[in-house]
Amino acid sequence: MHQTIIGQANPVAIAFFVAFVIATLVITWWAAKRTRTTKDFYAAGRSITGFQNGLALAGDYMSAASFLGIAGLVSTKGYDGLIYSVGWLVGWPIIMFLISEPLRNLGKYTFADVVAFRLRQRPIRAAAAAGSLVVVLTYLIAQMVGAGTLIKLMFGLPFELAIVVTGALMISYVLFGGMIATTWVQIIKAALLLGGATLLVILTLSKFGWSYGELFSQAQNLYTAKFLEPGGLVTSPVDAFSLGLALMFGTAGLPHILMRFYTVPDAKAARKSVFVATGFIGYFYILTVTIGFGAAVLVGQKVIMGIDKGGNMAGPLLAEVLGGNLFLGFLSAVAFATILAVVSGLTLAGASALSHDLYVGVIRRGVANEKEEVKVAKIATVGLGICAILLGILFKGQNVAFLVGLTFAIAASANFPALLMSIMWKRFTTMGAVTSIYSGLAVAVILLILSPTVWVDIVHKADVAKVSAAVKEIDTQLQQSQQKIDELQKQIVTGAKLKKNEIAKNKATEAAIAASTQEKDQLAAKKKDAASQMPQAIFPLKNPGIYSMAAAFLIGILVSLLSPEKDAQEKFDAEKVREYVGLGAE
Amino acid sequence: MSKLRKEDILNDPDFKQLSSQKDTISMVLTILELVLYFGFIYLVAEHKTFLAQKMSEGGAITIGIPIAVGTIVLSWIFTGIYIWWANTKYDELVKKVIEKVGG
Repeated sequence: MHQTIIGQANPVAIAFFVAFVIATLVITWWAAKRTRTTKDFYAAGRSITGFQNGLALAGDYMSAASFLGIAGLVSTKGYDGLIYSVGWLVGWPIIMFLISEPLRNLGKYTFADVVAFRLRQRPIRAAAAAGSLVVVLTYLIAQMVGAGTLIKLMFGLPFELAIVVTGALMISYVLFGGMIATTWVQIIKAALLLGGATLLVILTLSKFGWSYGELFSQAQNLYTAKFLEPGGLVTSPVDAFSLGLALMFGTAGLPHILMRFYTVPDAKAARKSVFVATGFIGYFYILTVTIGFGAAVLVGQKVIMGIDKGGNMAGPLLAEVLGGNLFLGFLSAVAFATILAVVSGLTLAGASALSHDLYVGVIRRGVANEKEEVKVAKIATVGLGICAILLGILFKGQNVAFLVGLTFAIAASANFPALLMSIMWKRFTTMGAVTSIYSGLAVAVILLILSPTVWVDIVHKADVAKVSAAVKEIDTQLQQSQQKIDELQKQIVTGAKLKKNEIAKNKATEAAIAASTQEKDQLAAKKKDAASQMPQAIFPLKNPGIYSMAAAFLIGILVSLLSPEKDAQEKFDAEKVREYVGLGAE
Repeated sequence: MSKLRKEDILNDPDFKQLSSQKDTISMVLTILELVLYFGFIYLVAEHKTFLAQKMSEGGAITIGIPIAVGTIVLSWIFTGIYIWWANTKYDELVKKVIEKVGG
């Protein structure tokens, strides 16, 4: 069996990571000299090229959850893991066709700029900031807890220290280097991640004579044909549809992704960056599939799940098998860099919602000078960073996987519908937008709390364990009673001519069987009773996307129709010219 | 040539053409992407045995694997189609309209 050093302090990993940190801090120092105005801080002076932004978008989006999680899911669940990797990509074409160009042409720094373009500033900015901040915070918690756990595994650092290091670096990048430093951290991370994953795939395929057929037949030999077929992940079509909606439209409503479109000079570069990002992200997810199946064969599920039940270490373990400690160390450092790039993007998006939307837009009613706004953004960065560190430590050991689902459900319901309607629908109003954002947010959060993911698995975790134990106990008794019946049945003497004493004995045995059967029936009834005590979710779906999105759209449309806003309709013409031609764009 | 006023752009035939073309292309590609992805989800949920078929006799690869990878690749190709159209057709029309306004 494969011996791994994962879980111990790994000097090679730490050396690679220190090199990454030094490089990114030098870049941050260089970026700090170029970060003076709000345009520099939020949007890197709009000086990023389409290709660079495409790489940075990929670096902003591909989280450690997708790098380690999907490879792990494929290695432990086989084909079902693939279903996820497809879901993570399909939001990008939607961003391209519906969002990227209007967003770039109409807005300045945040997606709230676009929603507020022809509507009343203050209520819109408050609502959009709420939507952004909830998304940013839930995603940050998920990333931070994941970071602490993974870094503990890969570097042997204590959980709390790992979180403090992550938080401190993220604050430094954003605070001093703003969007310029964040962009380059994301670009470097994307290059490292894509390079590392490519190398891992090449080394994997070399073990199978460069043949996918060989890789999959070995996987099939080890884990049966079921491993290469869709299994139990998608059981309810409605649930699958709901999750799919949240993944697809949530991607198009993530504030840290939307914000990146302001870093390029124009709409043409914005669209190019989506094309580049989609290509790299798609390529990466295809790589993770090979990595997952490769790890299942070359490392083995037993070892993978022995290190981490969720399979998160499948990729690093495969690297260790194929390239020794050196490659493992490199990939561990890449995973750390991956986390840093994502949390930096999130922190910057949260800071811009707090300063640009909430402070300037709502509190100062749109009047604030550059210096003041940058200062507030920097204070917000430090505040959010400290919040992220504390929340990460607070949620230690908790199951936070549901937070990722929640993030996408909220982004798809609170942010995306309002953004889309403000771009496309002339009769959209302030009241419509505000109610759409808040209802999308509320419905997503409430339904998720009532769903099996939280209500059963987290809130009633103890009850579930108790009921399962009770049911299991009755089950053992049931089996015993069945065994008893089977044994009794064997004792019945058969034959054409039975002796008298045999007939009598058979009668006695039959009576015993009848008694045992009655006892068994009673046990079965008792089991049914016990099982009915199992906590049930109040809302049946695991992901609320389908209802929360529908609520956001319906309420947005209904309220808009009931509260016509003449001013907003008149400004739609100007919006349209700017949206399509880019005249007057920032 | 007299300059077009910004207010009149909306009624300009070139602008009308570019905005309606863009709306059509965006809508068609969005619908294609939705059909592609939710078609895949539909197969996964309702036609598991179809996806479980082997690609070749004696081989291990199921038909579901190239379908999943194909969904990713096709999504990217859709963005490529959009880029190609926008770079060749759309930008031309935008340039024409901007020239009419004179800036």
